[in-house]
Amino acid sequence: MKSSQLNPGENLIFLLRELYDKYGYSRYKMNKFEEYDLYAKNKDFLISDGVITFTDTNGKLMALKPDVTLSIVKNTKDSGNTVQKLYYNENVYRVSKGTSSFKEITQVGLEAIGNIDEYCIFEVISLAVKSLVCAEKNCIMEISHLGLLSDIINYAGVPKSEIKKVIHFIGEKNVHELLAFCHTLGIEKEKAEFLANTAKIYGTPGDVLPWIRENLKDIADEKNIEIFENVMTALNQEENGDVIRIDFSVVDDLRYYNGFVFKGFAEGVPTSVLSGGQYDALMKNMKRQSGAIGFAVYLDSFESTASSEYDVDVLLVYSKNADIALLKKTADEIIAKGESVLMQTEKPDGIKYKRLLIEKDGEVVCVENNA
Amino acid sequence: MLKTMLNVALPKGRLGEKVYSMFQQAGYPCPSIEENNRKLIFENEEAGVRYFWVKPSDVAIYVERGAADIGVAGKDILLEYEPDIYELLDLKIGKCKMAVAAKKDFRDDKGRTLKVATKFSNIAGNFYRSKGRDIDIIHLNGSIEIAPILGLSDVIVDIVETGTTLKENDLTVFDTVVDISARLISNKASYKFKSGEIDRLTQKLAEQSEEQL
Repeated sequence: MKSSQLNPGENLIFLLRELYDKYGYSRYKMNKFEEYDLYAKNKDFLISDGVITFTDTNGKLMALKPDVTLSIVKNTKDSGNTVQKLYYNENVYRVSKGTSSFKEITQVGLEAIGNIDEYCIFEVISLAVKSLVCAEKNCIMEISHLGLLSDIINYAGVPKSEIKKVIHFIGEKNVHELLAFCHTLGIEKEKAEFLANTAKIYGTPGDVLPWIRENLKDIADEKNIEIFENVMTALNQEENGDVIRIDFSVVDDLRYYNGFVFKGFAEGVPTSVLSGGQYDALMKNMKRQSGAIGFAVYLDSFESTASSEYDVDVLLVYSKNADIALLKKTADEIIAKGESVLMQTEKPDGIKYKRLLIEKDGEVVCVENNA
Repeated sequence: MLKTMLNVALPKGRLGEKVYSMFQQAGYPCPSIEENNRKLIFENEEAGVRYFWVKPSDVAIYVERGAADIGVAGKDILLEYEPDIYELLDLKIGKCKMAVAAKKDFRDDKGRTLKVATKFSNIAGNFYRSKGRDIDIIHLNGSIEIAPILGLSDVIVDIVETGTTLKENDLTVFDTVVDISARLISNKASYKFKSGEIDRLTQKLAEQSEEQL
């Protein structure tokens, strides 16, 4: 099948699988069902609250998978100093925001679980960037580091009980309410403004890394700064380095995520199309020694950009006594030009086509051209 | 072509007109918007802006779904629907408050479930949850003020501007839930691709809202 005949989502699955295979990631195929208990214990890790549940024949409460990462973590063991590199292509079932109804979402993702070092972090984020560019050349990958952000929040003196709220304001780039909230917490003006400036940061590694080195050297853990600088510099030097931005408003739940977190955006799609990060904290919650990093590409996000103006390029309406050889030759010629053709004896209702050809008395003529 | 313009969702009504004049002063004029007609979309290609008049409660949806890059919505709408957007600026106009009101002789009996009538179920729910109070929310779409009078609810949670409507219905404010004003919001993906323009506009609007203080 020609790749142009696939919709962007289907085409992307093939491209991404090929990409992940090249880097030695193995395909991980899983069951559609999972014991509900896994999600009940890690409810906040899920993007949406709703889970479709049913009782299995043995009486166990089961769920249609709302997430893939949790199942992969559950089914992988600590592997010493090596890294298990996996990718998947699965359907998940979540409540769609706004409609409150369940939706089937096709998701392609990748996970690296084990002894995660700087190279491994770089490799996973680099594959995320490549995945994003595969989907849409005009794209942006924004990257943050929750370790650095936590250091900044601690420096500001935000009480532990209020960190979630502060992170929420940073995630919204809601500087005015962040400042007002810091004021009510009695945080010094200078420190509150520093926190607010962090929320506003948005730029290329070339623009932002010097700011980080200059402003965070006495605030953040030197190791966090160094890892961030090394990985961001390496990513920036990649072929697609120009799509990378540093943005501390990319935040996630600190109970599960730590270190690098990132989100990908594609022009023409109003929401993020890729999301990922390091989730060592989730691993710890699930009693694993290993670290982990991964991401998912939301293929359904591309649906809005996938619709074509026409059902078919050419509609050919032929008479009942038409010569098969003539019809075949005409269809072959149209297809050879890279166009699609629909052969019918009558014009179907409501069809949209670029050109309408009619075969009559052994001759094919174009009677309508909408291109 | 649609992508090169800054698409702005404005709330229909007096607030929207005030917001438009702020955008105009910030360098985004669109003379056709001032013509007296029923059109809902106006554009000024030269200034690179396209305005839509939408129902105030729908602005956040237009922005979250990317039909508009930016928009102006009341904080009440943002708290109620919790859209996944950036809240870039408090424009400090359209000020009012979300309040708990009841009949003047109302006594809050904490020993029983409080019946709350409101258009803002999420805000009311969050407010009473933070106080650990058990409530029964009665979602209404309008004329909230009559709910306590007819015994439908004990209190109402609603927007209070001048307090005239409450007074005329013999109700009084018992508690403030949150202060409300108009906020500049942006679609997260649009911000990535138009950050320079959106940041410049935000800065100019911030200068105007500071002047208003």
